[in-house]
Amino acid sequence: MKNLHLYVLSLMLTVVGVTLCAYKVQRLGMPLSPTDQTEVWTVEARISFSGRNRAAKVDFFYPSAPPGFAVIDEDFVSSKFGLATETEGVNRKALWAARNVRGSQSLYYRIVLAEERSANRTRTEPKPRYPEVPEFPEPERSAVFSLLDDVRSESADIASFTRELLQRFNDPTPDEDVSVLREATDDTLGRVREIQQILAGARIPSRVVQVLRLEDGMRQGTLQPWLEVYNGSEWLSFDPATGDGGFPDNYLVWMSDDNPLVSVEGGNPATVEFSVARSNREVMGVAQQRARLIDSSVLEFSLFSLPLATQNVYKTLLTVPLGAFMVVLLRNFIGVKTFGTFMPILIALAFRETELLWGIVLFTTLVALGLILRFYLERLKLLLVPRLASVLIIVILLMAGVSVVSHKLGLESGLSIALFPMVILAMTIERMSMTWDESGAHEALMAGLGSLFVASLGYLVMNNEWLSYLIFVFPELLLVLLALCLLSGRYTGYRLSELRRFRSASLPKQN
Amino acid sequence: MPSKLAVRLRALGRFAKGNPPIVMPWTLQRMGLLNMNRRNADYIMRYNKRKFYPLVDDKLQTKRLAVDAGIAVPELYGVIEIEHQIRDLPDMLEGRTDFVIKPAHGAGGAGIMVISGRRGKKYIRASGVIISESEVNHFISNILSGMYSLGGMPDKAILEYRVKPHSIFDAVSYQGVPDIRTIVFRGVPVACMVRLPSRMSDGKANLHQGAVGAGIDLVTGKTVDGVWLDQVLDMHPDTGNPIRGIEIPEWDKLLELAARSYELTQLGYLGVDVVLDRDHGPLVLEYNARPGLNIQLANQMGLLGRLQAVEKLEEIPESAEARVELVRRLFGQPG
Repeated sequence: MKNLHLYVLSLMLTVVGVTLCAYKVQRLGMPLSPTDQTEVWTVEARISFSGRNRAAKVDFFYPSAPPGFAVIDEDFVSSKFGLATETEGVNRKALWAARNVRGSQSLYYRIVLAEERSANRTRTEPKPRYPEVPEFPEPERSAVFSLLDDVRSESADIASFTRELLQRFNDPTPDEDVSVLREATDDTLGRVREIQQILAGARIPSRVVQVLRLEDGMRQGTLQPWLEVYNGSEWLSFDPATGDGGFPDNYLVWMSDDNPLVSVEGGNPATVEFSVARSNREVMGVAQQRARLIDSSVLEFSLFSLPLATQNVYKTLLTVPLGAFMVVLLRNFIGVKTFGTFMPILIALAFRETELLWGIVLFTTLVALGLILRFYLERLKLLLVPRLASVLIIVILLMAGVSVVSHKLGLESGLSIALFPMVILAMTIERMSMTWDESGAHEALMAGLGSLFVASLGYLVMNNEWLSYLIFVFPELLLVLLALCLLSGRYTGYRLSELRRFRSASLPKQN
Repeated sequence: MPSKLAVRLRALGRFAKGNPPIVMPWTLQRMGLLNMNRRNADYIMRYNKRKFYPLVDDKLQTKRLAVDAGIAVPELYGVIEIEHQIRDLPDMLEGRTDFVIKPAHGAGGAGIMVISGRRGKKYIRASGVIISESEVNHFISNILSGMYSLGGMPDKAILEYRVKPHSIFDAVSYQGVPDIRTIVFRGVPVACMVRLPSRMSDGKANLHQGAVGAGIDLVTGKTVDGVWLDQVLDMHPDTGNPIRGIEIPEWDKLLELAARSYELTQLGYLGVDVVLDRDHGPLVLEYNARPGLNIQLANQMGLLGRLQAVEKLEEIPESAEARVELVRRLFGQPG
């Protein structure tokens, strides 16, 4: 194949660019659009207890990779206590210790979470052993087995089995078996444990999970037990009160075990209160913070690691390739005539400051005035370089003049003319007047209008909030742009303008 | 004389009558019309090595090489390289009253002044306009400062023989000198046209300035129909004389001249501009490493077919005569 090398190169560039971009979107949760906001929950656990004038140790479980959430930030406030953290199975545990503890004490744990609906919520760890069938005393024993038989006959797998069991167990008008079983206990945790026992009767592994319902403004929340059963490959969660599967949104899994949430050694038993607040944050900030937590080197070497002022420079600079690619399209596929290849892009950059309409007005005014003066200079028969310098000086004088006049008139937009690239303007005026002389006013005006058109379009593309955001956050997309430019470099088809240029190729003869 | 505007208006009127404003790409494809992107990517970049460009871009160098190779060119009278030499102009001319001033690195026919005589201290331009010595001097210094050169680099001014156009084109040109453009691909001429100045083109042989382009049949050396702006026509818009059927004198010599230019320039895709001089016959005026596409319109024929035919050849004959022979063999069949 003729351009195989080029195709392979472009493909590689595209793959690298897209892969990096996909990694940042998928793994780091960087959003593809700038206005995305996400809900952020701040959960604070306050552990209070009173000391007994001696050394005290506090063990406290805190969330570890809760499903449906991304941990953005967490910290501990422990005053004089020493803090150590450790991982215990799938849970994480904070160990506070202090030598002489007296009076009432408060320890704080704070976690900031972002919702992550798209994330994979499957929980597979740890792999449990299959429980032995417990020794139930009568009459429980026959109640359990008769209930299990009923449930088994109306279910297909472990998920439906559990759901059916929970529904029967929670039936407001329970049958005899369930009544017997429900008599044993009244509180929720006790019931969940009872259900665990019944499930063990069918040799289904299960565990208690402690969840916190997140509600904005909640001040004294507590954990509630939730049920999870193991189906051989993953843990399935069920609302123990209804049998509904899964964790509802806004339910935070705090720990996966039946252990006490907090235990105190050398002090009175502790109480834990949860307070919750919700806020909205920009997704980008969240993603950055997250990447910092999971220690991703991608962000370490991204443009975000630069000082803010430099970042802003790059925000502008990175849009230039977009403009350049647009020029490629307009020139090689459409066939628009312009003065200079990338001159319109520089004009478009200037338009960023002036806004489009004012940019066009100011540009046209400057070029028109410049052209008139340039035609006058033509009569003086100056040599090239002095003439160019003269045009440059005239352009600057005109810019200053326009600024002063518009300021006096109260048109502040006129001031932004100062940001026009004057050398480029001078060259444009020079080339336009040359074209005017050599090929006539028509050609000159067409190319002038072409330049203005490309500049305006360039402004729209380069100033597009979404595109400039995308290219700044995912600069690797420039590789894709590069690939597209390389491919365009071998486009040998007709330009749109050629369909018109060559139209006489098929015209009949006329006289 | 119809103004450019009037012509455009008339063209607009034609659309209203049902002539399409554009031609469909597949139509062009079927005609084998070479386009700009393809010319650049598949021909110029592939067959023209960049290092040979300076040779054709510098007309002075071209001229000297051509003389060495025995290719006929307009005689060189002198070269002005620095501002100071402008005052030596009369000495260089050695009393000649008609001559041409042009930049060594000019492009698109810009910056060429044709002087046909003198009146006292003043010069007479080919158009009949009388200009002063200081205007000529200023013109030359503009050339030196790079006003007409690619990229505005300082340039040299060439003084050379003013071609006296062969009378064969008198009936179909308005002032100026018609020139014959041949596209030579790998040393084989593939297409040819004559550019006839019109009143609109101001005596210049430049198609987009309004000159008439008439295709020339490579085998017979006779002109076919012409194009003028957007129209196909068979008579000159100013003189009204028929364009078709003019037989170019010394045709074989002209073709051979074009074919031999390949060895000289080493450019695989080359435009050769030749003028027919009344006294000296075909003279090579200049070479072009990026010849335009309008020759296809003048011939009402796409270039691609012929280019591909030459591309398919495994071997290109070494002698120019054999390559001219090849032209007859390849493109001999009518159509």
